[in-house]
Amino acid sequence: MRVESETQLAEAVRDASGALVIRGGGTRPVGRCVGEALEVAISGISLYEPSALTMVVGAGTPLAEVEAALAAEGQRLPFEPGDWGKVLGTPGHSTIGGVVAANVSGPRRVQAGACRDSLIGVRFVDGRGDVIKNGGRVMKNVTGYDLAKLMAGSWGTLGVLSEVAFKLLPAAPTQATVIVDMPAGAAQVALATALGSPFDVSGAGWVPGVGAVVRVEGLAQSVQYRADKLATLLAPFGTVRIEQDGSGAIWAKLRDLTPFVGKPGDLWRLSVKPSETADIIARLGGEVMLDWGGGLIWALLAEGVDARALAAPYSGHATLMRGSRADIFQPEPAPVAKISAGLRAQFDPRGILNPGRMS
Amino acid sequence: MQMPIPNADLLANKAQIVARLREVLPRDAVIDDPAETRAYECDALSAYRCQPLAVILPRSTAEVSAALKLLHELGVPVVPRGAGTSLAGGSMPQADSVVLGLARMNGVLETDYDNRFIRVQAGRTNLSVTGAVESDGWFYAPDPSSQLACAISGNIAMNSGGAHCLKYGVTTNNLLGVTMVSMAGEVVEIGGAYLDSGGLDLLGLICGSEGQLGVVTEATLKILPKPEGARPVLIGFSSNEIAGACVADIIRAGILPVAIEFMDRPCIRATEAFCHAGYPDCEALLIVECEGSGAEIDEQIGMIRQIATRHDPVEFREAGSADEAARIWLGRKSAFGAMGQINDYMCLDGTIPVNELPFVLRRIGELSKEFGLDVANVFHAGDGNMHPLILYNANEAGQQELCEQLGAEILKLCVEVGGCLTGEHGVGIEKRDLMTVQFAPADLEAQLRVKDVFDPKWLLNPAKVFPLSVTESRRVS
Repeated sequence: MRVESETQLAEAVRDASGALVIRGGGTRPVGRCVGEALEVAISGISLYEPSALTMVVGAGTPLAEVEAALAAEGQRLPFEPGDWGKVLGTPGHSTIGGVVAANVSGPRRVQAGACRDSLIGVRFVDGRGDVIKNGGRVMKNVTGYDLAKLMAGSWGTLGVLSEVAFKLLPAAPTQATVIVDMPAGAAQVALATALGSPFDVSGAGWVPGVGAVVRVEGLAQSVQYRADKLATLLAPFGTVRIEQDGSGAIWAKLRDLTPFVGKPGDLWRLSVKPSETADIIARLGGEVMLDWGGGLIWALLAEGVDARALAAPYSGHATLMRGSRADIFQPEPAPVAKISAGLRAQFDPRGILNPGRMS
Repeated sequence: MQMPIPNADLLANKAQIVARLREVLPRDAVIDDPAETRAYECDALSAYRCQPLAVILPRSTAEVSAALKLLHELGVPVVPRGAGTSLAGGSMPQADSVVLGLARMNGVLETDYDNRFIRVQAGRTNLSVTGAVESDGWFYAPDPSSQLACAISGNIAMNSGGAHCLKYGVTTNNLLGVTMVSMAGEVVEIGGAYLDSGGLDLLGLICGSEGQLGVVTEATLKILPKPEGARPVLIGFSSNEIAGACVADIIRAGILPVAIEFMDRPCIRATEAFCHAGYPDCEALLIVECEGSGAEIDEQIGMIRQIATRHDPVEFREAGSADEAARIWLGRKSAFGAMGQINDYMCLDGTIPVNELPFVLRRIGELSKEFGLDVANVFHAGDGNMHPLILYNANEAGQQELCEQLGAEILKLCVEVGGCLTGEHGVGIEKRDLMTVQFAPADLEAQLRVKDVFDPKWLLNPAKVFPLSVTESRRVS
């Protein structure tokens, strides 16, 4: 089933007699997907005000179309969403609704927040087939409960997004990356040093074959100044160099996970307390990439292993992005699981929206 | 202000309820003498007052849990209270309620620079969170005007903002985790010293829920390294429209200052008379603050000067020293006090799309004339969060009602142009009855269903946020 308007979407949900698999571009098939496919093709930018730094867009609009429209005005999505299509082996094009449903945030997460932090409004259809709006198109809004955040990262289990609204940022004219030649296991301390400095770091990770990487963005003079300062600050951790022309390519690798493309194994994503990262990756073994100052671990592990058992103890959560285990999302403690189940029962009383997807 | 009819049984059983509370809390944590509970009869929306049955001041999450479990069993409504600085009546009691004050829970539990967070008890004041880390070069970003007095628990309840949130975001963007006690007394840990949720984003839902979903007793907050420096500029203009156009051009040019504040003539005049900050006598002024190293600030301010010059400013004043910077901020920071000295005032909080600024300011001027009440404007222009101050005389019969009517008209205007009723203060009781202007019945129903999950008996702060007529069936059953 394919819907091209919110009215069609509401009808499709109301008339559904069984489980629906909600689909945007189909590039992030994480979690259990059992049922009839419902493809949301509600497409188009309905409002873009560059001087107000806001955009409202149909959930089925391709991410590439959104990014092209913003680039034409010298702006961008603050949270730098990645394209997982290649690493997950999925054809098709990521949609903006899918990005929100999975709360996809890239390296700039450490500076500008997650997808949910830029999301200022939503329209969605709940499991009853009712159209619900929340938030709006302004940057500051505390009117009523923040259901927009609840929708972000709910993987289509509470409602089907029809429209999303974002606050935006000006695109930085210049960037530079400070690279420290050091192993992943040692990187977190260097990254924490950079993130604890006043130099407004917009990315801090570790990329295989490159090393620990720290990004600064902004006006040319300022980027030069901060990159030099960071290079001095990080010199005690290893050989340091500053990359300017190739800076963008380094962060695209981390954002889109290209070093893992085509490699066998299960792909895990762990969000943890950064200072625990070194111990966790030592226990995990396998290949890793680090983002968010070491707080986000991407790990390529042998098929079927339980990364949670290997990584323990850790504070945070682990999700199996690609693999065959059944326990894909982090099990929740009982009091939280009770609330989550209660919310699902309220928003989707028939249990037809991506049932079991977040288990 | 209409409040639900108090439950007569609860009023009659006050002595018994207090006695039961004393069984589960230390003696000094339960206050029931009306002379003492009077201090809790209102918050910063002081036009509305109501004495609660009792006030409890627990010292730990365990005490909060024990008290809520008991009050849940007894069916007593609970009104959570941080420091009582809500401008929306968020912590105003109802007659049959117990006020749960967090003022005694003000400790720092953990400071961790390696992972960039601080964990505090939620009754701690906003400014003292920064106070705990600033000697080491760190700060907590959200900075509501009341930051000297307001509590983190209230900031979380209202998702508070501040002048610097254009760059750093509001409370919800700086909150990593909470310890929350449900109305039934269950302690729930949500989030922590890591990013994002592994499941549904309950943290995002709780932040801004106005104390209706649970009582937050502890919070893990993101802290940031202080920038090398900051410098404000003051730019005066000959009209509100031109000032608004300059804001749009600054944003359009790709500059993102940490703050863009706006004041109009009535506000400039009143603050000048109050604190003599030396502001130019003009129709509108902007205060724009930039951060970074000296050279970085020079670069940004250079660009802002170029843009402003195109709008023929009456004055462009750049702070050359810390003292001059303080003087630029002095008038803005004194604005509410200055208005309070000359009049009673009601402070609105609607947000509008930034590009609608000139139109909305003109329309507010027209409404002000129609109602015969002066309106001064001082607000966060970068993000469109307006704070029109309606001036009135509370001692003159009918003026408060007239002021509230004008306030409602201005907020409806904000919604009409694509904005919202409240940008950072919250709905509380103040804007409760306007919710149907912004939301359709299905939109509100979805929110009520969320409360059904967290608080099925509708005992936590039940008379707030939603029109009473909309919540009646839930509250009464």
